[in-house]
Amino acid sequence: MSNPVIKGTHLCKNYGSVQAVRDVSFNVNEGEIFGFIGPDGAGKTSLFRMAATLLLPDSGNLEVCGLNVENDYKKIRRLLGYMPGKFSLYQDLTVEENLRFFASVFRTTVSQNYNLIRDIYEHIEPFKNRRAGKLSGGMKQKLALSCALIHRPRLLLLDEPTTGIDAVSRKEFWSLLRRLRDEGITVLVSTPYMDEASLCDRIALIQNGQILSTDTPDVVASAFEHQLFAVKARDMYLLINILETCPFVRSAFIFGQEVHVTINDYRNADEDKLVNYLSDKLADVVVYQTKPNIEDCFMELMSNKTKKG
Amino acid sequence: MKTDKIVISVKNLIKDFGSFRANDRLNFDVYEGEVFGFLGANGAGKTTALKILCGLSRPTSGEVMVSGCNVYTQSNLIKQKIGYMSQKFTLYEDMTVTENISFYAGIYGLNFKQIKNKTMQLLSSLGLEGEAHKLIADLPLGWRQKLAFSIAIVHDPAIVFLDEPTGGVDPVTRRQFWKMIYEAAAKGVTVFVTTHYMDEAEYCDRVSIMVDGRIAALDTPANLKEKYNASSMNEVFLGLARHTSNK
Repeated sequence: MSNPVIKGTHLCKNYGSVQAVRDVSFNVNEGEIFGFIGPDGAGKTSLFRMAATLLLPDSGNLEVCGLNVENDYKKIRRLLGYMPGKFSLYQDLTVEENLRFFASVFRTTVSQNYNLIRDIYEHIEPFKNRRAGKLSGGMKQKLALSCALIHRPRLLLLDEPTTGIDAVSRKEFWSLLRRLRDEGITVLVSTPYMDEASLCDRIALIQNGQILSTDTPDVVASAFEHQLFAVKARDMYLLINILETCPFVRSAFIFGQEVHVTINDYRNADEDKLVNYLSDKLADVVVYQTKPNIEDCFMELMSNKTKKG
Repeated sequence: MKTDKIVISVKNLIKDFGSFRANDRLNFDVYEGEVFGFLGANGAGKTTALKILCGLSRPTSGEVMVSGCNVYTQSNLIKQKIGYMSQKFTLYEDMTVTENISFYAGIYGLNFKQIKNKTMQLLSSLGLEGEAHKLIADLPLGWRQKLAFSIAIVHDPAIVFLDEPTGGVDPVTRRQFWKMIYEAAAKGVTVFVTTHYMDEAEYCDRVSIMVDGRIAALDTPANLKEKYNASSMNEVFLGLARHTSNK
């Protein structure tokens, strides 16, 4: 296998007393979509800023495209496209002016790499004379992505590109990312939304500045070692309260109209125990075994971390 | 969910902005104690309808009643009967926890004694006694969110509007937040939620999906999934909201 496009080892970053990144190591391989999955404040943006050479780690080593972020930052910047979480284009320049500006900064032209951005830019081209500040959320995102791609970067850094974007635009956006990956561009992306994890080739679950788990989404999900039950009842609020105080319930989390439950002594776990316990307290109880998803795993890993202190 | 008492009634609601029809004959009822999801792509007309229901904007035509008040003639009365919380939290970052509680409770007309009681009750139920005099800016996101919700219902409103409430928090905190929502609903508060995230729609008793200014579907998440032969609300939504960008 070729060298990783990003190689981070034992990265740390503190802001005063806040430990934003705590001993994080990860590799992003050539040609993959790698996702940081975690809530606000997990340290995702700090890691992005480090990879973009805008922030130096306090300790640890970080190489991007085989170059050191401290010594070779000028070379690295030419090789990457960075789309920050906050819309950072020039609001008072038009769509077309922004695109031309970014092309000229990278000493290229819009026409030179137009085929790479055509699919994205076509959506916003009818508005090319509109000021960027006046675009809708979905269109701003498409323009920002076009600007980040205009010099055909080797690595694309996308910090929470889908936050606040509706489901239809999000779906489109992810299919665009897959197309870019197939063009040979490596993508590092972050999201607080667990359901987007399955759209990545590999993921790192991240919380409180630490990586909880790194692998393909399927392997991360398969590490969940407890038997998981989905429980339904007519009165949801009563159900969750009863489950949370049930002596043999190990964990109980609401998932939409169901509660996902694990029980102590999971080797002997079966539905009947739960059904018997709940049936005389609640109406319309349904219990069945279910498959853990990334969100189940994330919460499991979070609580393991807390228990270990 | 009880279905005997209607708290929001919308009949043939139309809202035009010039020649653009943002809400095109909306019809729906929301029941007391219900968690009602209000979904739609960007630009589908959600915010327009939400503003009308909060008494901030008048319909072009149609009948709209919110908690017994007519939106044309009693919009100020509506504001006393509803609570509102948005993703941007609406808390003052440079004020402390108790200052924020007193401020909002005061705006909603609670008297000194009520404010004092509510503050104590709220701090203890949220486990924030130790943080009472901390600035909001110094609180973790999840705590702010729970506090913002509690403050939105500090005056015991009939309806609370949650405008994309849970973005960005960790999955455990998010569930604690939903538990608070269910708790409020169990006490009879109607919860009206807008969200972009379809997994959140699964938490609602019923969900409406707006497409191009109209309500394209309205039912329980389970019925919608069955009707559209989908495994998740995300699939239901994507099937309904054909792409309508570039508007």
